[in-house]
Amino acid sequence: MSSSSAFNDDKGGSSSIGEPEYGHDPASGGIFSSDYKRHDDLKEMLDSNKDSLKLEAMKRIVAMIARGKNASDLFPAVVKNVACKNIEVKKLVYVYLVRYAEEQQDLALLSISTFQRGLKDPNQLIRASALRVLSSIRVTIIVPIMMLAIREAASDMSPYVRKTAAHAIPKLYSLDPDQKDQLIEVIEKLLADKTTLVAGSVVMAFEEVCPERIDLIHKNYRKLCNLLIDVEEWGQVVIINMLTRYARTQFLNPNANESLLEEGTEKAFYGSDEDEGKEEKVEAAALVAKRKPYVMDPDHRLLLRNTKPLLQSRNAAVVMAVAQLYFHLAPKAEVGVIAKALVRLMRSHSEVQYVVLQNVATMSIKRRGMFEPYLKSFYIRSTDPTQIKVLKLEVLTNLANETNISTILREFQTYIKSMDKDFVAATIQAIGRCATSIGEVRDTCLNGLVQLLSNRDELVVAESVVVIKKLLQMQPERHSDIIKHMAKLTDNIQVPMARASILWLIGEYCEHIPKIAPDVLRKMAKSFTNEEDIVKLQVLNLAAKLYLTNSKQTKLLTQYVLNLAKYDQNYDIRDRARFIRQLIVPTDKSGALSKYAKKLFLALKPAPVLESPFKDRDHFQLGSLSHLLNAKAGGYQELPDWPEVAPDPSVRNVEVPEWTKCSSREKRKEKKVEKPFYSDSEGESGPTESADSDSDTGSGTGSGSEESGSESGSEESEGESESDKEEEEEKHKRKSKSRAKKSTQESEGRKLFLSSASQQAVSPASGPVKSYELLHRITGEGLSVSYCFSRQPFSHDPHMVSVQMQFTNNGDTEARNLRIQEPKLQSGMRIAEFPEIDVLPPGETVTMVMGIDFSDSTQAANFQLCTHTRKFFLTIQPPVGELMMPVFMTENEFKKEQGQLTGMNEITEKLTLGETCQGDAAIVQRVTSTASLSRVPCGSEMKFAGKTVTSGSLVLVTIVTREQLVAQLTVNCEKMLIGTMLVKDILQALSQ
Amino acid sequence: MIHSLFLINSAGDIFLEKHWKSVISRSVCDYFFEAQEKASTPENVPPVISTPHHYLINIYRDKIFFVSVIQTEVPPLFVIEFLHRVAEMFQDYFGECSEASIKDNVVIVYELLEEMLDNGFPLATESNILKELIKPPTVLRSVVNTITGSTNVGETLPTGQLSTVPWRRTGVKYTNNEAYFDVVEEIDAIIDKSGTTVIAEIQGVIDACVKLSGMPDLTLSFVNPRLMDDLSFHPCVRFKRWEAERVLSFIPPDGNFRLVSYHVNAQNLVAIPVYVKQNISFFESGFSGRLDITVEPKQTMGKTVEGVVVTVHMPKVVLSANLTPTQGTYNYDPVTKVLAWDIGKLNQQKPPNLKGSLSLQSGAPKPEENPSLNIDLKIQQLAISGLKVNRLDMFGEKYKPFKGVKYLTKAGKFQVRT
Repeated sequence: MSSSSAFNDDKGGSSSIGEPEYGHDPASGGIFSSDYKRHDDLKEMLDSNKDSLKLEAMKRIVAMIARGKNASDLFPAVVKNVACKNIEVKKLVYVYLVRYAEEQQDLALLSISTFQRGLKDPNQLIRASALRVLSSIRVTIIVPIMMLAIREAASDMSPYVRKTAAHAIPKLYSLDPDQKDQLIEVIEKLLADKTTLVAGSVVMAFEEVCPERIDLIHKNYRKLCNLLIDVEEWGQVVIINMLTRYARTQFLNPNANESLLEEGTEKAFYGSDEDEGKEEKVEAAALVAKRKPYVMDPDHRLLLRNTKPLLQSRNAAVVMAVAQLYFHLAPKAEVGVIAKALVRLMRSHSEVQYVVLQNVATMSIKRRGMFEPYLKSFYIRSTDPTQIKVLKLEVLTNLANETNISTILREFQTYIKSMDKDFVAATIQAIGRCATSIGEVRDTCLNGLVQLLSNRDELVVAESVVVIKKLLQMQPERHSDIIKHMAKLTDNIQVPMARASILWLIGEYCEHIPKIAPDVLRKMAKSFTNEEDIVKLQVLNLAAKLYLTNSKQTKLLTQYVLNLAKYDQNYDIRDRARFIRQLIVPTDKSGALSKYAKKLFLALKPAPVLESPFKDRDHFQLGSLSHLLNAKAGGYQELPDWPEVAPDPSVRNVEVPEWTKCSSREKRKEKKVEKPFYSDSEGESGPTESADSDSDTGSGTGSGSEESGSESGSEESEGESESDKEEEEEKHKRKSKSRAKKSTQESEGRKLFLSSASQQAVSPASGPVKSYELLHRITGEGLSVSYCFSRQPFSHDPHMVSVQMQFTNNGDTEARNLRIQEPKLQSGMRIAEFPEIDVLPPGETVTMVMGIDFSDSTQAANFQLCTHTRKFFLTIQPPVGELMMPVFMTENEFKKEQGQLTGMNEITEKLTLGETCQGDAAIVQRVTSTASLSRVPCGSEMKFAGKTVTSGSLVLVTIVTREQLVAQLTVNCEKMLIGTMLVKDILQALSQ
Repeated sequence: MIHSLFLINSAGDIFLEKHWKSVISRSVCDYFFEAQEKASTPENVPPVISTPHHYLINIYRDKIFFVSVIQTEVPPLFVIEFLHRVAEMFQDYFGECSEASIKDNVVIVYELLEEMLDNGFPLATESNILKELIKPPTVLRSVVNTITGSTNVGETLPTGQLSTVPWRRTGVKYTNNEAYFDVVEEIDAIIDKSGTTVIAEIQGVIDACVKLSGMPDLTLSFVNPRLMDDLSFHPCVRFKRWEAERVLSFIPPDGNFRLVSYHVNAQNLVAIPVYVKQNISFFESGFSGRLDITVEPKQTMGKTVEGVVVTVHMPKVVLSANLTPTQGTYNYDPVTKVLAWDIGKLNQQKPPNLKGSLSLQSGAPKPEENPSLNIDLKIQQLAISGLKVNRLDMFGEKYKPFKGVKYLTKAGKFQVRT
């Protein structure tokens, strides 16, 4: 578009562009076109007392604004209607006001009082909309009013108003950056908000106002992770991107150890691939040696686990956000999950494809293996837009290796015949890159490219020449006939870049083709004046090189060319000519350098490395605008490097709120609907939690480790000394009594703390896992064993209760061959023994999982534990609550099942609640810690469901609170014995 | 985040502008026009354009460019996804997303844009919420409105935004309660010259049209859910239930929506419903070419293949085509160089054939590559992957809804190389 038309547009288009179409536009109405110059009729309509006329006028005005016409002279007439009763008129007036307030600041002030009144309205939606418009009016005088309004709205009852307040923060900040400190206070307050509605908006405000204040996130980190899945999709994108940055500052690199090893091997295979710098490696190696074995921070794991389901989102931006999070934060072994989701996005609109392919191109350089299974998804269709084709080509090239190169080359062959010449050129370059990176196919590629030299399309030939030149540089001796062939092409090829490349080749390898080279120079000297600049430079080069090697034949030619160049219009060429002449033509004045001329010109040149343009782009956060442009965009926040030493993780511990607070009505209601939807296990509160966590264990490696607090942790870090389990238990109990005090403890304590903290943030569903002593260290002669019911499904047999056993050797000699022998069991019971422990060195702890089928009875399982020297007789007796597992059920299903389990199968007891056991949350917590049940999402009553592990008989528990401390407990169970015992246990737990 | 939006038609006129922050002059679009000129086709305009002070992120949809202006770092997909939502919302409201419909409803468009973004950050993008705020236009309503002066803006304030089921409005009532599901599968394939399959995959979607009163809670189960390999869900679907039980459990939005899209497990062999025999050749002498295409039904599972259309993008030098089809009609557009052969139903006994000569521009060299064929087809009442819905259960409401499932197989990006 020319500048003149832009000028027209600038004037608001009032002159030429839009005018003719006016009459046809129904929205602007017929009268409008004739009366366009005067807005008098509009003013009249606005002043009338008929709403329909006002509406008509406002509609026309909005249509003008939409078309970019100036309607500012109507401001006084419009602003009068700001308090109009008609809701549509009012909305359109708002639209107008926000658009023109900046230009008519004084008049805009007239409307402020209306909004101030609106801020006090009892209806939350009116309060919100008043705040929204007020904060959108860009008039600096009202900054204090806005600040006040935002502060008030931030503590509004309604989460919707609080959300609007979060939206208003960046508006005020852009209007007056001096308010930053005060706004940060508001942000801090809103960050603590527990509703999903607010979370996304406030993080957006945080990112715009104070992204550097990472410290504000600590306390809210776990909450954000847990709420994430229920936040609306746009908020999810912002939160995930922010948490990626946060995690980079707080956790350790999960790949620090592996990256070393793998890089080493990869190098051997693909020499040209990566050159990270050896020093770095050595340094890293030293570091690794020093560092303790890596253990992932449970908070790090929490983030990875809670974002994973979002890969299934329908929103491409969310999927991309999770993908980049995994790419930047996950251990190498887990990154693979994102490939499938990213490939899925390629089915979407071409713009989405474009962005996704850019990111895949960057990822496929670092993590080639991830996309290899999806190679065929990157095959190109003739109907793809060129920019998509080129990107797919890039990815295919990155994915090429010894095993798939033949398939890829076959595919490339079909592309070369395409009608889209830009794409063909890109394909030729891609072939060149494959040839350099994979030695085996270099000759095949070269031959293929040479055939292309006889292509009819000049562009194709030119591109091939350039690529062949690069390939030949690697082993010129073997290919003198190709060079000869190319020398002949100078007669035909006109593309300057290709001519220059050929000339350079001939000059460089003139010794391989001593007969042809001088002839080429002769021809070039003839046409020198008509050549392009880059060609001229190469002619000079060729002349110089020939002069040095074969001065007899070429002396005159060279001097002729140099003379021509001396008077060239381009100063570069003149310079070069002068320089070359001084170097190669010996004169009395020529300095010492000319002796070395041959060395200078004919030095062995390193072969060029054909690199992907996407190499190293991952120092930008993937998925970001800056990554796409490969340049830093305004407001881009650098992705920090992993810290060497993890900062204190206890900053993320949260003071535990009172249970009663949690169960305030609003929150409860929300949970009721949301919970069964998606929320991930422990994080989010959950009546359904235990049921969820079952299914969850399968999905992520090591998930559930936080719950038990040690399982996977101890596996990963055998070196790290496990703290005494008993001590840990005690700590935990103390904690749940005093309900949280901040503490700064070392890692074990923290893990424990996390489990209680994350439960509280949400719900007390699965209570602390109680551990029992099986063998005391005195009787065990140094060997102590404790066990607990981990409430995880036993993987080999679903009818077994899994018992997690922890062996600690407190003695000073090693214990060998720990195994179970001669179980003495009641009929129907079975034991799945743990694999034998070969050696347990002194001071070490090992955790094993064993499965026991108690056959739905509380009979004890007796067995012998043998070491290489001794035998111990041991007994495990399960509490009745551990003989069941949670079942997910809706309220209706629950009622239906309950109806079938009446009479003998129903036991009802009245009870008095203990003093410490008040509030729904506390009751839920007590019940779920007594028995492995899951809460049924329903109204005020508390219902829990489970089934016995062996026979799968349903266990249904209902608790109805009557008055202050009186409640009624009902248990329905087919197995009466279990029912009776369960009633006893729950009664005891609740009345304490 | 998103600063401004400009809608530009194919002639290069800016016919709508909307600013969410301070006003940005429309001259910023000049950078876009520059990029557009450089690109050979509208599809080749780069989605992200960097200018000295702004970034332009644009999408091309329904012959309209949606050009948004960005000032600071923002994930590009965030903006692209949002712009597509805007286009979908227009489609939803006006039945089509076109320049004419947007111009006709410019006030509603403006009101929608106002609600969808606040200060450049998405606010309400759920169609159910927006429809409560701003009623879609109908002929009847616009007539009534002009007479009575009543409005398009909802009198009641929307409840959806406050609910935890934001995609469903409250107080829905129907006299006929019905729920329909369309299982639509598309075959993406590349078949090479010799008829072997280079790549073939099946992508599917389940679109729903649910008109049920109250707050129904639906569960859709499948006979063979394992077929679905990679899914993306509407936010209403309970992810946990799917993970655990492989059923789709959800409280549906009101009206039309896409429940899931899925990809069929790559291990399963894809049945290719048609076999295309083709021979296209060009001759240097006489500037002519020959074309011979036959389409035969192959693995159709006993169903009829309908709506078969073969499209060929001919090389530039092909001036005209003189062909005879045994079935259907053909059309060659000498401007766009597109040959389209509309076959219709595929006959098992007598495979349709298109044969004849092509005339080339004299003097031009013969094209080197033969154009590839794009096939379009439909098979009713069949999901080619074999996916079958088992049953639909409703909880939470008393009435008995009318339920229905329809299957359809289509060709997606189905290409035969020659």
